[in-house]
Amino acid sequence: MKTLDIIGWFAVLTTGALLIYGTAEMPNWGDPNSPPSTHVSPRYIEKADEETHTPNMVTAVLADYRGYDTMGETTVIFTAGVSCMMLLRRRQGK
Amino acid sequence: MIRRHEDIIIESLARFLTPFIQAFALYVLFLGHYSPGGGFQGGVLMGASFILLVIAYDIIEGKRRITEKFNIVLNATGVMVFSGTGLLCLILGGEFLDYSQLAAILPVGPEEARGLGILAVEIGVEITVAAIMVSIFLDLASAGEHEEALK
Amino acid sequence: MDFIIAKYNYWIYIILMMIGFYAMIVKNNLAKKVVGMNIFQTALILLFISTGVKTGGATVPIVIGDAHGHAIPGTLHAIDYINPLPHVLMLTAIVVMVATFGVALALLIMIFKRYKTIEEDEILEIRRKEAFT
Repeated sequence: MKTLDIIGWFAVLTTGALLIYGTAEMPNWGDPNSPPSTHVSPRYIEKADEETHTPNMVTAVLADYRGYDTMGETTVIFTAGVSCMMLLRRRQGK
Repeated sequence: MIRRHEDIIIESLARFLTPFIQAFALYVLFLGHYSPGGGFQGGVLMGASFILLVIAYDIIEGKRRITEKFNIVLNATGVMVFSGTGLLCLILGGEFLDYSQLAAILPVGPEEARGLGILAVEIGVEITVAAIMVSIFLDLASAGEHEEALK
Repeated sequence: MDFIIAKYNYWIYIILMMIGFYAMIVKNNLAKKVVGMNIFQTALILLFISTGVKTGGATVPIVIGDAHGHAIPGTLHAIDYINPLPHVLMLTAIVVMVATFGVALALLIMIFKRYKTIEEDEILEIRRKEAFT
Protein backbone atom coordinates (compact mmCIF):
# COMPACT_ATOMS: atom_id res chain seq x y z
CA MET A 1 0.00 0.00 0.00
CA LYS A 2 2.79 2.40 0.92
CA THR A 3 4.82 1.66 -2.23
CA LEU A 4 1.72 2.16 -4.39
CA ASP A 5 1.26 5.60 -2.85
CA ILE A 6 4.87 6.54 -3.62
CA ILE A 7 4.63 5.27 -7.21
CA GLY A 8 1.38 7.22 -7.64
CA TRP A 9 2.85 10.46 -6.35
CA PHE A 10 5.91 9.95 -8.56
CA ALA A 11 3.76 9.40 -11.68
CA VAL A 12 1.52 12.39 -10.91
CA LEU A 13 4.39 14.78 -10.21
CA THR A 14 6.39 13.65 -13.27
CA THR A 15 3.42 13.99 -15.59
CA GLY A 16 2.50 17.37 -14.13
CA ALA A 17 6.05 18.68 -14.46
CA LEU A 18 6.28 17.51 -18.08
CA LEU A 19 2.94 19.12 -18.93
CA ILE A 20 3.91 22.42 -17.27
CA TYR A 21 7.21 22.31 -19.19
CA GLY A 22 5.14 21.83 -22.35
CA THR A 23 3.03 24.94 -21.74
CA ALA A 24 6.02 27.12 -22.68
CA GLU A 25 5.21 26.30 -26.30
CA MET A 26 1.45 26.93 -25.93
CA PRO A 27 -0.09 30.18 -27.27
CA ASN A 28 -0.40 33.06 -24.82
CA TRP A 29 -3.69 33.68 -23.05
CA GLY A 30 -6.06 35.71 -25.25
CA ASP A 31 -3.73 35.95 -28.23
CA PRO A 32 -5.89 36.74 -31.32
CA ASN A 33 -3.20 35.31 -33.64
CA SER A 34 -2.84 31.98 -31.83
CA PRO A 35 -3.04 28.81 -33.98
CA PRO A 36 -6.55 27.80 -32.78
CA SER A 37 -7.95 31.19 -33.89
CA THR A 38 -6.32 31.58 -37.27
CA HIS A 39 -6.95 28.66 -39.61
CA VAL A 40 -10.62 27.71 -39.94
CA SER A 41 -12.27 29.80 -37.24
CA PRO A 42 -12.20 33.20 -39.14
CA ARG A 43 -13.97 31.48 -42.03
CA TYR A 44 -16.75 30.35 -39.67
CA ILE A 45 -17.08 33.80 -38.07
CA GLU A 46 -17.26 35.69 -41.34
CA LYS A 47 -19.42 33.33 -43.39
CA ALA A 48 -21.66 31.45 -40.91
CA ASP A 49 -24.54 33.96 -40.86
CA GLU A 50 -24.38 34.60 -44.59
CA GLU A 51 -24.37 30.93 -45.53
CA THR A 52 -26.73 29.40 -42.98
CA HIS A 53 -28.92 32.35 -41.88
CA THR A 54 -28.11 31.58 -38.24
CA PRO A 55 -26.67 34.43 -36.14
CA ASN A 56 -25.42 32.07 -33.43
CA MET A 57 -22.16 30.76 -34.86
CA VAL A 58 -21.90 27.95 -32.32
CA THR A 59 -25.23 26.48 -33.45
CA ALA A 60 -24.30 26.91 -37.12
CA VAL A 61 -20.97 25.12 -36.72
CA LEU A 62 -22.44 22.47 -34.42
CA ALA A 63 -25.33 21.37 -36.62
CA ASP A 64 -24.32 22.38 -40.12
CA TYR A 65 -20.58 22.53 -40.79
CA ARG A 66 -19.84 19.74 -38.34
CA GLY A 67 -23.22 18.01 -38.45
CA TYR A 68 -21.68 14.60 -38.99
CA ASP A 69 -19.75 15.01 -35.73
CA THR A 70 -22.94 15.89 -33.85
CA MET A 71 -24.73 12.90 -35.35
CA GLY A 72 -22.00 10.67 -33.97
CA GLU A 73 -22.39 12.40 -30.61
CA THR A 74 -26.14 11.72 -30.56
CA THR A 75 -25.41 8.09 -31.36
CA VAL A 76 -22.91 7.98 -28.49
CA ILE A 77 -25.43 9.13 -25.88
CA PHE A 78 -28.05 6.80 -27.36
CA THR A 79 -25.60 3.93 -26.98
CA ALA A 80 -24.80 5.02 -23.41
CA GLY A 81 -28.48 5.01 -22.46
CA VAL A 82 -29.08 1.63 -24.06
CA SER A 83 -26.02 0.10 -22.38
CA CYS A 84 -27.16 1.44 -18.98
CA MET A 85 -30.50 -0.23 -19.57
CA MET A 86 -28.91 -3.50 -20.69
CA LEU A 87 -26.53 -3.56 -17.71
CA LEU A 88 -29.04 -2.80 -14.98
CA ARG A 89 -32.56 -3.64 -16.03
CA ARG A 90 -33.80 -7.00 -14.83
CA ARG A 91 -35.74 -9.29 -17.13
CA GLN A 92 -39.47 -9.61 -16.57
CA GLY A 93 -40.56 -12.47 -14.34
CA LYS A 94 -37.12 -13.31 -12.98
CA MET B 1 -35.03 3.87 -4.40
CA ILE B 2 -36.96 7.08 -3.99
CA ARG B 3 -39.91 6.62 -1.62
CA ARG B 4 -42.90 8.89 -1.55
CA HIS B 5 -43.04 11.20 1.49
CA GLU B 6 -46.54 12.63 0.91
CA ASP B 7 -45.25 16.17 1.55
CA ILE B 8 -47.89 18.50 0.12
CA ILE B 9 -45.59 21.54 -0.21
CA ILE B 10 -42.90 19.72 -2.17
CA GLU B 11 -45.37 17.84 -4.35
CA SER B 12 -47.48 20.84 -5.35
CA LEU B 13 -44.37 23.00 -5.90
CA ALA B 14 -42.86 20.38 -8.21
CA ARG B 15 -46.16 20.04 -10.09
CA PHE B 16 -46.35 23.86 -10.38
CA LEU B 17 -42.76 24.24 -11.62
CA THR B 18 -42.71 21.44 -14.19
CA PRO B 19 -44.61 23.21 -17.03
CA PHE B 20 -42.46 26.32 -16.62
CA ILE B 21 -39.26 24.29 -16.88
CA GLN B 22 -40.60 22.55 -19.97
CA ALA B 23 -41.62 25.85 -21.58
CA PHE B 24 -38.14 27.21 -20.85
CA ALA B 25 -36.62 24.09 -22.43
CA LEU B 26 -38.58 24.75 -25.63
CA TYR B 27 -37.56 28.42 -25.48
CA VAL B 28 -33.90 27.45 -25.22
CA LEU B 29 -34.32 25.03 -28.14
CA PHE B 30 -36.07 27.41 -30.55
CA LEU B 31 -34.02 30.50 -29.61
CA GLY B 32 -30.84 28.52 -30.23
CA HIS B 33 -30.46 30.34 -33.54
CA TYR B 34 -30.41 33.79 -31.95
CA SER B 35 -29.08 33.34 -28.41
CA PRO B 36 -27.10 30.81 -26.38
CA GLY B 37 -28.96 27.53 -26.45
CA GLY B 38 -29.71 24.57 -28.63
CA GLY B 39 -30.68 20.95 -28.57
CA PHE B 40 -28.29 19.68 -25.90
CA GLN B 41 -29.12 22.38 -23.34
CA GLY B 42 -32.85 22.25 -23.99
CA GLY B 43 -32.83 18.47 -23.83
CA VAL B 44 -31.14 18.45 -20.43
CA LEU B 45 -33.73 20.97 -19.13
CA MET B 46 -36.57 18.86 -20.51
CA GLY B 47 -35.15 15.77 -18.84
CA ALA B 48 -34.61 17.68 -15.57
CA SER B 49 -38.29 18.68 -15.42
CA PHE B 50 -39.27 15.02 -15.45
CA ILE B 51 -36.54 14.05 -12.99
CA LEU B 52 -37.92 16.73 -10.63
CA LEU B 53 -41.31 15.00 -10.71
CA VAL B 54 -39.73 11.62 -9.96
CA ILE B 55 -37.76 13.06 -7.04
CA ALA B 56 -40.77 14.89 -5.57
CA TYR B 57 -43.18 11.95 -5.97
CA ASP B 58 -41.75 8.51 -6.66
CA ILE B 59 -40.91 6.25 -9.60
CA ILE B 60 -44.46 4.87 -9.93
CA GLU B 61 -45.87 8.37 -10.43
CA GLY B 62 -43.09 9.19 -12.90
CA LYS B 63 -43.63 6.04 -14.95
CA ARG B 64 -47.37 6.76 -15.03
CA ARG B 65 -46.56 9.90 -17.05
CA ILE B 66 -43.94 8.40 -19.40
CA THR B 67 -43.98 4.62 -19.61
CA GLU B 68 -40.75 2.74 -20.19
CA LYS B 69 -41.71 1.58 -23.68
CA PHE B 70 -42.60 5.12 -24.76
CA ASN B 71 -39.28 6.34 -23.40
CA ILE B 72 -37.34 3.76 -25.42
CA VAL B 73 -39.29 4.79 -28.53
CA LEU B 74 -38.38 8.44 -27.84
CA ASN B 75 -34.69 7.49 -27.49
CA ALA B 76 -34.63 6.06 -30.98
CA THR B 77 -36.88 8.75 -32.48
CA GLY B 78 -34.35 11.51 -31.83
CA VAL B 79 -31.53 9.69 -33.61
CA MET B 80 -33.92 8.87 -36.44
CA VAL B 81 -34.99 12.52 -36.84
CA PHE B 82 -31.32 13.51 -37.06
CA SER B 83 -30.21 10.89 -39.56
CA GLY B 84 -33.54 11.12 -41.41
CA THR B 85 -32.85 14.79 -42.12
CA GLY B 86 -29.47 13.78 -43.50
CA LEU B 87 -31.05 11.01 -45.56
CA LEU B 88 -33.65 13.43 -46.96
CA CYS B 89 -30.82 15.63 -48.23
CA LEU B 90 -29.25 12.54 -49.79
CA ILE B 91 -32.52 11.63 -51.54
CA LEU B 92 -32.96 15.19 -52.83
CA GLY B 93 -29.68 14.93 -54.68
CA GLY B 94 -27.08 16.47 -52.37
CA GLU B 95 -24.61 15.03 -49.93
CA PHE B 96 -25.42 13.57 -46.52
CA LEU B 97 -26.48 16.39 -44.11
CA ASP B 98 -26.21 19.07 -46.85
CA TYR B 99 -29.29 21.05 -45.78
CA SER B 100 -29.27 23.45 -48.72
CA GLN B 101 -30.95 20.70 -50.76
CA LEU B 102 -34.06 21.10 -48.56
CA ALA B 103 -34.84 24.29 -50.54
CA ALA B 104 -36.35 21.98 -53.19
CA ILE B 105 -39.26 21.05 -50.89
CA LEU B 106 -39.45 24.22 -48.73
CA PRO B 107 -40.61 27.64 -49.99
CA VAL B 108 -37.33 29.36 -49.03
CA GLY B 109 -33.89 29.93 -50.46
CA PRO B 110 -30.89 27.67 -49.84
CA GLU B 111 -29.55 29.81 -46.94
CA GLU B 112 -32.84 29.76 -45.03
CA ALA B 113 -33.17 26.05 -45.81
CA ARG B 114 -29.85 25.46 -44.06
CA GLY B 115 -31.19 27.35 -41.02
CA LEU B 116 -34.34 25.22 -40.99
CA GLY B 117 -32.28 22.06 -41.38
CA ILE B 118 -30.31 23.07 -38.29
CA LEU B 119 -33.61 23.46 -36.40
CA ALA B 120 -34.81 19.99 -37.46
CA VAL B 121 -31.55 18.44 -36.33
CA GLU B 122 -31.67 20.26 -32.98
CA ILE B 123 -35.18 18.93 -32.34
CA GLY B 124 -33.85 15.42 -32.88
CA VAL B 125 -30.98 16.05 -30.45
CA GLU B 126 -33.40 17.46 -27.86
CA ILE B 127 -35.68 14.40 -27.98
CA THR B 128 -32.78 11.98 -27.60
CA VAL B 129 -31.02 13.88 -24.81
CA ALA B 130 -34.23 14.35 -22.78
CA ALA B 131 -35.24 10.69 -23.07
CA ILE B 132 -31.73 9.40 -22.31
CA MET B 133 -31.40 11.63 -19.22
CA VAL B 134 -34.67 10.24 -17.84
CA SER B 135 -33.76 6.67 -18.73
CA ILE B 136 -30.27 6.82 -17.15
CA PHE B 137 -31.68 8.50 -14.03
CA LEU B 138 -34.43 5.92 -13.54
CA ASP B 139 -32.02 3.03 -14.08
CA LEU B 140 -29.37 4.38 -11.71
CA ALA B 141 -31.69 5.67 -8.96
CA SER B 142 -33.37 2.30 -8.47
CA ALA B 143 -30.41 0.07 -9.46
CA GLY B 144 -32.38 -1.16 -12.45
CA GLU B 145 -35.42 -2.39 -10.55
CA HIS B 146 -37.70 0.62 -11.13
CA GLU B 147 -41.00 0.26 -9.24
CA GLU B 148 -40.05 -3.16 -7.85
CA ALA B 149 -37.50 -1.42 -5.62
CA LEU B 150 -40.38 0.11 -3.65
CA LYS B 151 -41.95 -3.22 -2.70
CA MET C 1 6.01 38.47 -15.20
CA ASP C 2 4.46 38.60 -18.68
CA PHE C 3 5.28 34.92 -19.05
CA ILE C 4 3.34 34.09 -15.87
CA ILE C 5 0.32 36.15 -16.89
CA ALA C 6 0.30 34.55 -20.35
CA LYS C 7 0.53 30.95 -19.11
CA TYR C 8 -0.89 30.65 -15.59
CA ASN C 9 -4.32 29.50 -16.79
CA TYR C 10 -2.70 26.37 -18.26
CA TRP C 11 -0.93 25.71 -14.96
CA ILE C 12 -4.21 25.86 -13.04
CA TYR C 13 -5.81 23.38 -15.45
CA ILE C 14 -2.80 21.08 -15.19
CA ILE C 15 -3.03 21.11 -11.38
CA LEU C 16 -6.74 20.27 -11.63
CA MET C 17 -5.98 17.54 -14.16
CA MET C 18 -3.33 16.04 -11.89
CA ILE C 19 -5.80 15.96 -8.97
CA GLY C 20 -8.09 13.85 -11.15
CA PHE C 21 -5.18 11.72 -12.34
CA TYR C 22 -4.05 11.06 -8.75
CA ALA C 23 -7.57 9.98 -7.82
CA MET C 24 -7.70 7.69 -10.84
CA ILE C 25 -4.43 5.83 -10.24
CA VAL C 26 -3.98 5.81 -6.44
CA LYS C 27 -7.43 5.69 -4.81
CA ASN C 28 -8.68 2.28 -3.81
CA ASN C 29 -12.40 3.01 -4.02
CA LEU C 30 -13.84 2.61 -7.51
CA ALA C 31 -16.40 5.43 -6.97
CA LYS C 32 -13.53 7.81 -6.18
CA LYS C 33 -11.79 6.70 -9.37
CA VAL C 34 -14.92 7.61 -11.37
CA VAL C 35 -15.08 11.04 -9.73
CA GLY C 36 -11.38 11.49 -10.54
CA MET C 37 -12.14 10.75 -14.18
CA ASN C 38 -14.84 13.44 -14.11
CA ILE C 39 -12.41 16.00 -12.65
CA PHE C 40 -9.90 15.10 -15.38
CA GLN C 41 -12.49 15.67 -18.11
CA THR C 42 -13.55 18.99 -16.57
CA ALA C 43 -9.93 20.18 -16.62
CA LEU C 44 -9.65 19.25 -20.30
CA ILE C 45 -12.84 21.15 -21.12
CA LEU C 46 -11.53 24.26 -19.33
CA LEU C 47 -8.23 23.95 -21.24
CA PHE C 48 -10.00 23.90 -24.60
CA ILE C 49 -12.36 26.75 -23.72
CA SER C 50 -9.45 28.96 -22.66
CA THR C 51 -7.85 28.63 -26.10
CA GLY C 52 -10.87 30.39 -27.64
CA VAL C 53 -10.38 33.66 -25.74
CA LYS C 54 -9.29 36.77 -27.67
CA THR C 55 -8.28 39.93 -25.84
CA GLY C 56 -9.10 43.39 -27.20
CA GLY C 57 -12.88 43.76 -27.12
CA ALA C 58 -13.90 40.40 -28.62
CA THR C 59 -17.42 39.31 -27.67
CA VAL C 60 -19.50 36.11 -27.60
CA PRO C 61 -19.83 34.34 -30.98
CA ILE C 62 -23.34 35.63 -31.77
CA VAL C 63 -23.64 38.11 -34.62
CA ILE C 64 -24.46 41.68 -33.62
CA GLY C 65 -26.49 42.83 -36.61
CA ASP C 66 -29.73 44.45 -37.75
CA ALA C 67 -33.18 44.25 -36.11
CA HIS C 68 -33.64 40.61 -37.18
CA GLY C 69 -30.29 39.63 -35.70
CA HIS C 70 -28.69 38.98 -39.07
CA ALA C 71 -25.38 40.49 -40.08
CA ILE C 72 -24.93 43.56 -42.22
CA PRO C 73 -22.64 42.35 -45.05
CA GLY C 74 -19.03 43.43 -44.72
CA THR C 75 -19.21 44.17 -40.97
CA LEU C 76 -18.08 40.77 -39.66
CA HIS C 77 -14.42 40.57 -38.67
CA ALA C 78 -12.76 37.64 -36.94
CA ILE C 79 -11.07 39.97 -34.43
CA ASP C 80 -14.46 41.06 -32.97
CA TYR C 81 -15.72 37.61 -31.96
CA ILE C 82 -14.13 34.92 -29.82
CA ASN C 83 -13.33 31.59 -31.44
CA PRO C 84 -16.56 29.50 -31.71
CA LEU C 85 -14.79 26.24 -32.50
CA PRO C 86 -13.70 25.20 -28.95
CA HIS C 87 -17.21 25.94 -27.70
CA VAL C 88 -18.72 23.59 -30.27
CA LEU C 89 -16.27 20.80 -29.53
CA MET C 90 -16.67 21.11 -25.75
CA LEU C 91 -20.47 21.27 -25.94
CA THR C 92 -20.43 17.76 -27.33
CA ALA C 93 -17.65 16.71 -24.93
CA ILE C 94 -19.81 17.67 -21.93
CA VAL C 95 -22.59 15.39 -23.16
CA VAL C 96 -20.14 12.54 -23.64
CA MET C 97 -18.89 13.20 -20.08
CA VAL C 98 -22.41 12.72 -18.72
CA ALA C 99 -22.89 9.57 -20.80
CA THR C 100 -19.61 7.97 -19.67
CA PHE C 101 -20.43 8.90 -16.05
CA GLY C 102 -23.79 7.14 -16.34
CA VAL C 103 -22.28 3.98 -17.82
CA ALA C 104 -19.49 3.97 -15.19
CA LEU C 105 -22.04 4.22 -12.38
CA ALA C 106 -24.07 1.41 -13.92
CA LEU C 107 -20.96 -0.77 -14.01
CA LEU C 108 -20.26 0.15 -10.36
CA ILE C 109 -23.75 -0.94 -9.34
CA MET C 110 -23.23 -4.28 -11.10
CA ILE C 111 -19.82 -4.73 -9.40
CA PHE C 112 -21.40 -3.99 -6.01
CA LYS C 113 -24.18 -6.51 -6.64
CA ARG C 114 -21.62 -9.19 -7.54
CA TYR C 115 -18.93 -8.61 -4.86
CA LYS C 116 -20.81 -6.59 -2.17
CA THR C 117 -17.95 -4.05 -2.09
CA ILE C 118 -16.37 -1.45 -4.37
CA GLU C 119 -12.92 -1.41 -2.74
CA GLU C 120 -10.41 -2.58 -5.31
CA ASP C 121 -8.17 -4.65 -3.00
CA GLU C 122 -11.14 -6.45 -1.44
CA ILE C 123 -12.46 -7.34 -4.90
CA LEU C 124 -9.01 -8.70 -5.86
CA GLU C 125 -8.94 -10.70 -2.61
CA ILE C 126 -12.36 -12.24 -3.34
CA ARG C 127 -11.34 -13.07 -6.89
CA ARG C 128 -8.12 -14.72 -5.67
CA LYS C 129 -10.07 -16.88 -3.21
CA GLU C 130 -12.53 -17.87 -5.93
CA ALA C 131 -9.70 -18.87 -8.26
CA PHE C 132 -8.34 -21.32 -5.66
CA THR C 133 -11.61 -23.01 -4.78
